[in-house]
Parts: sequence; structure tokens; C-alpha cells
Amino acid sequence: MGIKLYEIAHSRAGDKGNTLILSLIPYNEKDYELLCNLVTADKVKEHFKEVIHGEIVRYELPNICALQFVCLQALAGGVTTSLVMDTHGKTLSYALLEMNLELPETA
Amino acid sequence: MKQRDKVRIGCGAGFSGDRLEPAVILAEKGDLDYLVLECLAERTIALAQKRKATDPAQGYDPLLERRIALLLPLLKKNKIRLITNMGAANPVAAADKIIEIAKRQGISIKVAAITGDDVLKSISGDEIAMETDNPISRSGQVISANAYLGADAILPALATGADIIITGRVADPSLFVAPLVHEFGWSLDDVDIIAKGTVIGHLMECAGQITGGYFADPVKKPIENMSTLGHPFADVWPDGSATISKVDETGGNITLATAKEQLLYEVTDPYQYLTPDVSADFTTVYLKQDGENRIKVTGGSGNKKPSTLKVSIGYKAGFTGEGEITYAGAGARERAHLAGEIIQQRLKNQFPDLRTDYIGHTSVHPSSLANDCQPYEVRLRVAGKAATADQAAIIGEEVEALYTNGPAGGGGVRKYVNEVIGIVSVLIDRNKIKPSVIVKSYGH
Repeated sequence: MGIKLYEIAHSRAGDKGNTLILSLIPYNEKDYELLCNLVTADKVKEHFKEVIHGEIVRYELPNICALQFVCLQALAGGVTTSLVMDTHGKTLSYALLEMNLELPETA
Repeated sequence: MKQRDKVRIGCGAGFSGDRLEPAVILAEKGDLDYLVLECLAERTIALAQKRKATDPAQGYDPLLERRIALLLPLLKKNKIRLITNMGAANPVAAADKIIEIAKRQGISIKVAAITGDDVLKSISGDEIAMETDNPISRSGQVISANAYLGADAILPALATGADIIITGRVADPSLFVAPLVHEFGWSLDDVDIIAKGTVIGHLMECAGQITGGYFADPVKKPIENMSTLGHPFADVWPDGSATISKVDETGGNITLATAKEQLLYEVTDPYQYLTPDVSADFTTVYLKQDGENRIKVTGGSGNKKPSTLKVSIGYKAGFTGEGEITYAGAGARERAHLAGEIIQQRLKNQFPDLRTDYIGHTSVHPSSLANDCQPYEVRLRVAGKAATADQAAIIGEEVEALYTNGPAGGGGVRKYVNEVIGIVSVLIDRNKIKPSVIVKSYGH
């Protein structure tokens, strides 16, 4: 079954210079393992191939059942001097949630 | 001094332009020991430095007077100490302004201003920027250089007994760590307890961002009574554990989900969240719902603080010019695109890097993330960089000229010219930074 990430998780975007930071938090903590398996750094890189030009590092926080994606060279030079409208990349959290997931068949 | 068994700290502002009312409600009804107002972003201090250059009595937060005038009687009545970075580029002038307001209101007050973060005089321009790996002078004319001070710089100000502590650039979580160290007698070398305080500070520093602000989504993440969104307070115990909640009558919600989003906000490495006080490990933090609109925070551990301090450098980065125009109805997208192509052709010799965005279609995300629907209306935005304001203005003028020289049905033109202040960072030996405290008082 295919669903949008938006259906099962939420996200907040943050910035540091030219680095974009995206959290990914399942509504139901039982879905944390599913997100760990399906939303890899490679999959996020492919999803954002026109936006993120650097490496993506994924951190796992099992205590709070959340993932953190730290994306380099992602903000067109950074908040202070870029010409883009959303200089902080704040709207990109909802771009992440647009990702389609193929859920494994449940037995 | 008798050690408290619990300290309550409210956060009444999470950025310079934050709403005034939530802090008033916290001061009035929050039963607070301390109120923190975090009002200083990286660019904010560079802009403040520019104001100070034209008037030596300026350079503090533009909303300081309004915030303090509202809060002062409540702080006095309820014996709440205020800690804020609203001093921006000029904490001493800010202290003078607070004294002036106190005189006007007939309230006796003691204010401690912390200086020493401004290191502009010791910057040569040869320092290497972390972002570019080049000397900072190559980025542009440097106009501000402020080191991030830590809790250790705030402690002597707390020791003076001042009612209000006003700082310039201080790491945001340190505004919360300092009163906890002061009250509980924590050792600054106890990395685990300082990390716990830093976790609490980080959860609190954006104020409304933990009570449902910047979280609410009516479809998937509904939040109650957003229009009266309350700001949070934390009850902290000597072991470094805390609960975070808000004044009952205020809007918003504090849930596991709001707390998780805020814990991870702007964190580039959850294993090493660096402040002047500690390297905090956020992966060891536990969050638990502890009743309605109440979160329990436990865990958190730390490693030794860095030997350097980060210095935020502001530099002149020229100007930007922008122009916008809207097309609506059938073929709106095609007409907006035609307008964009016309502008590109007309300006390509003067502005080789001109940017065109289609608002309502692909302005913030590329087309690969958007569906291919025909929007009812599209707003063309054109933006470019220029060395002077006059040059930057050409972009808006050219967009305005689309009225009679462009596609059919364009309307609602707006033109903007803005000066750009860029920010880069360098690291500086922390022993070179010498913070000091200046106390001013009225009626004591």
C-alpha cells in the first residue's frame, strides 16, 4: 500500500547557515521502526535532489522515537544572503512529508 | 542564600519581533521566579550594531521600551527577575533606557548589563570563516563581531542581586542555565547537570514553539485556541529534571509531539549540541506526558565544553532588489511565465543571476515536488543582487513596467529594495573574551 509520509509523521525544519535540518517524528511511536527502515538518508537525498546539493546525515533518537536529517548545501548559500523567498528553508518540512512510502504488506 | 527546592522560569519571547502579551500573562499569573526574553538572532545584532554606529545611545532591541514598560510593574509586584538579551549591540544603553522607564513609573530597580561579547575591535579581517574557508574580509566590509558568551558571564550579574540582567550576544540556552546554576549551586564543571540545564533551555528558548506555535496543522496536528497561544514555563529541580507547562487559561497545547519537534529544532548533531557551557548529548533525553499540557523532561548528558567560542560576524553584502506582479484566471501560469521570460531578457546584461519565482506554483519548492495543476492565480517574483540601492531599484522598476509592456492582466505590483547584512562565523580562544558587569540602579 502506498501512502504519503504526511499521513503517519510530522516534521519541523531548522537552519544553520547553509545547512537544513529536518526532524521526522511518527504520530504513533510504533511506526518509528518503519520510518527507520523506509526513510533512509539516500531516499531523502533522492527526494530533494533539486534542493539539497550536499551530504545528508541521518541521526536516530530511539529514546524519543524520532529521526533527524542534517542536510548540507541545502539553502542556496544560507539565510542571510540568498535570493530565494524562503531563505530559512522553513517550508521544506512539508516537502519531506510529500514523500510517498510503499508500506510492507501486513500478514 | 537559602537554596530553593524548585525554580520556575518562564520564557516570554522567542525572537525579537515576538508577541508582547504572552510575557505579560506569564509575569502576572505564572508564579515565576525568573522570566527570560530571548530576542536576538544572528542578523538582529548586526542590524543593531548599524543603529549604534549612527547613534551611540541606540543599538538595543527596538521593542525593549514597549516590553519593559508593560512588564516592569508586574516583575516588581511578583518579585520576578528578568534575564534578556535585548541589550543586543548596546546592553549599557539598554540598562540606561530601563532606568529611565523605571523613573517614569516610580519603580525602584537595579539593572546589571553584561558586556564583553562585542569583539569587533580585535577582529583583523584575516580570521577564517567557518562557512567559506576564506578570510572574513573577503566576504565584505565587517560591521559587527559578537562572541557567544555562556552562563559563566551571566553569573556575576546574578550575584549582584539585580532585578534585571541585560545582555548582548549570549548563547540562548545559557540564559536559562545561568539562573539554575545560581539557584542550585551547580558546578559549571559538572557536564551532566549543565547538559540537563541546556536541554531545558533549548526546549524553552523559542517560547511559543513548544506550546503549539509553528506546530499547528488543522488537518493532522490541531492545537486549541491558537489566537491566545500561551508561552511556557519550566519547573526545574536540583537534579536537573523539569516539567514544562503553561498558564492554564492560555491557548495552545504542550504535548509529546510539540516537545519532540522543539527538542530537535536547529540541532545539527544530537550527540554534540555545542554551547559555551557544554557539549550536550540530546540522544539521552527522555520526554513523558505528565498530565494535560505538561511534559516531564529527564535524562540528558554532557561532555566538556569547547575551548573556543563562536563569534558571529556581520558584513555588508550589498543590496537586493525585488519586484512582484500577479496574473489570475485562465492561463495565469503561462502569462506569468511569459512575464518572467521578458524580464530575464530585459535585465540579463545588468543582472546575470536574476531569480524568478512563481508564487502559488513553484516559488518555495521546485517543480519536481509540486503537482502540475493550473493554479487560479500566480504571482511572479523577480529578485537580484546589486552593489548599490539605485541599481537594485531597477529590478522593481522593470517589473512595474510590465503593466504596459508585458502580458495581459497583470496587477498588484510591489517593489522592494533592501540592504543585505551577511553573517559568517569564526572561532576565538575563549580566554581572549573578558565579560564584565555594569550595575545601574534607581531608588535603591
